[in-house]
Amino acid sequence: MHNLSPYIVLFPLLGFLINGLLGKKIHSEKISGIIGSGVVGVSFVIAAIVFFEMLRSSVEERFYLINLFNWIAAGSLSITVGYQIDQLSILMTLIVTGVGFLIHVYSIGYMHGDPGFWRFFAYLNLFIFMMLNLVLANNFALMFFGWEGVGLCSYLLIGFWHDRRFDTGGYKPGTATTSDAAKKAFIVNRIGDVGFLISMFLIFMTFGSLTFEDVFKRASGVMMTGDETMFWITLLLFLGAIGKSAQIPLYVWLPDAMAGPTPVSALIHAATMVTAGVYMVARCSVLYALSPVTMEIVSITGLATAFVAATMALVQNDIKKVLAYSTISQLGYMFLGLGVGGFAAGIFHLTTHAFFKALLFLGAGVVIHAIREEQDIQKMGGLKSKLPITSNTFLIAALAIAGVPPFSGFFSKDEILWHSFSQGSIVYWLFGWMTAGLTAFYMFRLFSLTFSGKERWSHDIHPHEAPNVMTIPLVILAGLSMLGGFIGIPASLGGGNAIEQWLEPVFERAHVIMVPLHTFSHATEYLLMALSVLLSIGGVYIARLFYLRRTDIVFKLSTSFATIYKFLWNKYYVDEMYDAVVVQPVVKGSEKLLWARFDVSIVDGLVNGTARFMYSLSGILRRIQVGVAQSYAMVFVAGIIIILGILLTRM
Amino acid sequence: MTDILTYLIFLPMAGSVLLFFLKKERVATLKVLGFVFSLLTFGLSFIIYFAFDPSNAGFQFARRILWVPSLNISYYVGIDGISLMLVLLTTFLTPLALLSSWKSIEKRVKEYTIMMLLLETGMLGVFCALDMFLFYIFWEAMLIPMYFIIGMWGGENRIYAAIKFFLYTMVGSLLMLVAIIWLGYYASTQPNGRFTTDLLQLYSIAPAVPLTIQTWMFLAFTFSFAIKVPLFPFHTWLPDAHVEAPTAGSVILAGVLLKMGTYGLLRFSVPLFPDATIMFAPYIALLAVIGIIYGALVSMVQTDIKKLVAYSSVSHLGFVVLGIFALTEEGIQGSIIQMINHGLSTGALFLIVGMIYERRHTRMISEFGGLANVMPLFATFFMIVSLSSLGLPGLNGFIGEFLILVGAFKSTYLSQWFAIFSSTGVILAAVYLLWMYQRVVFGKMTNPINQNLSDLSKREIAVLAPVLLFIVWIGVYPGTFLQKSHNTTKHIISVVKQYTQSNLTHSDTTR
Repeated sequence: MHNLSPYIVLFPLLGFLINGLLGKKIHSEKISGIIGSGVVGVSFVIAAIVFFEMLRSSVEERFYLINLFNWIAAGSLSITVGYQIDQLSILMTLIVTGVGFLIHVYSIGYMHGDPGFWRFFAYLNLFIFMMLNLVLANNFALMFFGWEGVGLCSYLLIGFWHDRRFDTGGYKPGTATTSDAAKKAFIVNRIGDVGFLISMFLIFMTFGSLTFEDVFKRASGVMMTGDETMFWITLLLFLGAIGKSAQIPLYVWLPDAMAGPTPVSALIHAATMVTAGVYMVARCSVLYALSPVTMEIVSITGLATAFVAATMALVQNDIKKVLAYSTISQLGYMFLGLGVGGFAAGIFHLTTHAFFKALLFLGAGVVIHAIREEQDIQKMGGLKSKLPITSNTFLIAALAIAGVPPFSGFFSKDEILWHSFSQGSIVYWLFGWMTAGLTAFYMFRLFSLTFSGKERWSHDIHPHEAPNVMTIPLVILAGLSMLGGFIGIPASLGGGNAIEQWLEPVFERAHVIMVPLHTFSHATEYLLMALSVLLSIGGVYIARLFYLRRTDIVFKLSTSFATIYKFLWNKYYVDEMYDAVVVQPVVKGSEKLLWARFDVSIVDGLVNGTARFMYSLSGILRRIQVGVAQSYAMVFVAGIIIILGILLTRM
Repeated sequence: MTDILTYLIFLPMAGSVLLFFLKKERVATLKVLGFVFSLLTFGLSFIIYFAFDPSNAGFQFARRILWVPSLNISYYVGIDGISLMLVLLTTFLTPLALLSSWKSIEKRVKEYTIMMLLLETGMLGVFCALDMFLFYIFWEAMLIPMYFIIGMWGGENRIYAAIKFFLYTMVGSLLMLVAIIWLGYYASTQPNGRFTTDLLQLYSIAPAVPLTIQTWMFLAFTFSFAIKVPLFPFHTWLPDAHVEAPTAGSVILAGVLLKMGTYGLLRFSVPLFPDATIMFAPYIALLAVIGIIYGALVSMVQTDIKKLVAYSSVSHLGFVVLGIFALTEEGIQGSIIQMINHGLSTGALFLIVGMIYERRHTRMISEFGGLANVMPLFATFFMIVSLSSLGLPGLNGFIGEFLILVGAFKSTYLSQWFAIFSSTGVILAAVYLLWMYQRVVFGKMTNPINQNLSDLSKREIAVLAPVLLFIVWIGVYPGTFLQKSHNTTKHIISVVKQYTQSNLTHSDTTR
């Protein structure tokens, strides 16, 4: 059955080619939409068949490799296009194709009437193809192909409406278009990608291969914990993850990426692509286990990002930007989980996050459409009755991300918090815990301002619920957000933590290296769990109170803490700082110093000076003038032909 | 079959002789005939491609005829895996260049077509010559048609650019001539030796030249090639030449002429003087790395699209030189494929710049913006070519850069920092290409003149589509091409290793 797996990858490629090459000719939203969604649906079905096959087989049989053809071979380097099906990659495949399929279907409704409808589906299919290469690759180079490929699709889709104005909230005020955001995303990602690239060189040098199994086997067999090479390999790989998964200091592209159509934000910038960094670190768990220092860096980066991004989300008014900062924050959570050795916990949160964050974005898309492309939550309110399905599903997702039991986010977040306490430190836990509170607060600030309270939109707008093609995906995702957590109920709550057990063989090598530091009683676990539930519900309650009944408190807070408010509102001025410290000096330096001074004045000055010297010296060159150039040409060529002719005949 | 290379080299010239006797008013016939001859040449090279035996590391289809007996100079041609790739690149790009100038060249069509065909003969001769004197003749002869293509069909400053191009390369090649003569003379001082310019004989003689003299020889050759590449800081002729040259001239200049420099390094500098090569490898690699970063930074701030692409060549060719002097199989294989890649990608970029120049008669980035709305097909082709140029995996550019960087990282002669710094070129390439692309193609259409631009014509699609085919092919399945040069590369590296090791043991025993 697993021989089917190349087809999982193949179908989206077919969809891309059909829509990309013929979409314009077909000129039918129906056909383009059905092909675009259909191919992803087929991929999902195949992935599901493979998954159930794996469920039935023994643990040893849940791993297979399929090599298709040799890609790059030179010297001792040999890279194949080959896929690795195991517990982790099939889980990712199910998420990518499953959530991907729902978002494709939703897009049929969302993109209705857009002149670039076919192009949109072509790009989405290409994205799925690239993402599947990323998660199914059996070697670093093919993963990198997918890695940069999804970056390209992200670029193309952020800038899908390339001439639309876009408020960056910082640079190029008033003149930026979505193509600015697209370019920024690609370039910032590439900074991280260079880390990935150099790490690949190091891996190849150290292990003589780029294939996962070879590298991981050798690493766990030969390398000592704390090895310096392992530190550099993992740190540089993590740099790649920082770029792709929008962590400090490279997170700045993700809020801008919201310039793209909303289904894109849901699929690429929430559910799948941005989690690629998390997946990659988990995939290389054994390498990270060998470098405790990198693990520490991963945890701290994740934690800092989770906290800082959550504070930024507190004051944003653009519905999509709030969700974007929330995504950054949640990705930080996942890295916190990975960093303390809770690889399965990180992947668990990745899974539930894919459900509820996709749902949040899709819901936001409905809202934005309903009130004439308005994204400012201050101009929303009271949409609950107008958009009942959207509002209810959005509420479920908000409860899930806020960590209210028994919604999915509660279990996965708690798993991470527990790991950060038991395998990390109390400080990790404390910041993680506070972030959870902030999350509950900003999420219900968003929900209250959007769906509850007074209507603040103009009365000539008549919002109405989206068509079935858009609401059905919402309902399905709501179901997943509600129930998704049950795949990871911890032992302390009498569950079997199915997802951790399923993934255990993948992380086995890492777990052999990383022996748990401490063990704690269930009592501690219950206590922490209770504290986080309390905080979640508290956060929800305070947000409802502030933004529905006591709006005066919000006003008072924002005036009495004006400096902090402004600082948060301007997102810590990070974009401005990058522009002043990196972008401007490089551009100006290249222009004024390298080009104007060095190239034109010095090097060319020398050359021209020498030439002038020769010119005045001989005066011969003066005869080469425009007027006679043509006759010279003929004389020259004729001469050469004659000489060569004579020489050739004499041979 | 033994004379197939000779036919290949002189077929374009035969075409130009034929054109010489045609009336210059018969513009259409001239164009079609020129194009047909370049296509025939491509067809012939295709036969050679299939007949070529990749398992043989030596020179194939070799033909040797004594030419100047008194100096032991022969007409000697033959190709190995490296030459084969560059021959194919030449015969592939020439018809495209001719097709691209179908409309833009209006004056002196006859002379233009003749020049292009003569240029092709010159280039093919350079890549096939196995006698250094013959090589030198082709090397110099090829300058002349290029000089006239720039000087007669170029832009406003064409005379300055043409003379600069001519002088720059002349200076370099004169040094090479001295070195060739000295090498020939050195051969005659050997026991039973006589003056020779036979490359294959010199391959076994030259590595034994004492190191001090080898150094000078190496530098003379390398300097000449470095100008052609162009290696930083000998690159300032390039932007001028490109900006002034007509589109077809730029395509050939970037696509093929620059490769003569890197080809020369690989054909002469490295295997003839292995000791000097190893000694100078870090210094040349340093210039290459500076070129990669410098070229990219300067490219970024250009306001003229063509100049931007020209400077990007400095960056891309820096990668090729880095790969060669890594002296590893990965590096050299990467360099060879990267030569082809650059020919395809940059060639296509120049074609694209030419296409909008024909429509608007300007190349200033600020004149454009929002072209995607009126020229969607153009925007798509432009996007794919830009992505190929910035090394996106799955397209050709990545294969070359990746192999070169792996090779440089692995190299025992270079510090790993060379590869690490060069990697930042990957970021910068994305910056200058995407920024330019954004300002030209994306965004709001601010200039109303652009509102009525027509999308690509069938002819223009026919020019770009073949390039695109190879951009994807090499990106997905580079094995087709890598295997042709595999054994040749192995051979070059073994030569370097063999001679340096024997020299090492030699110097050890004398000590």
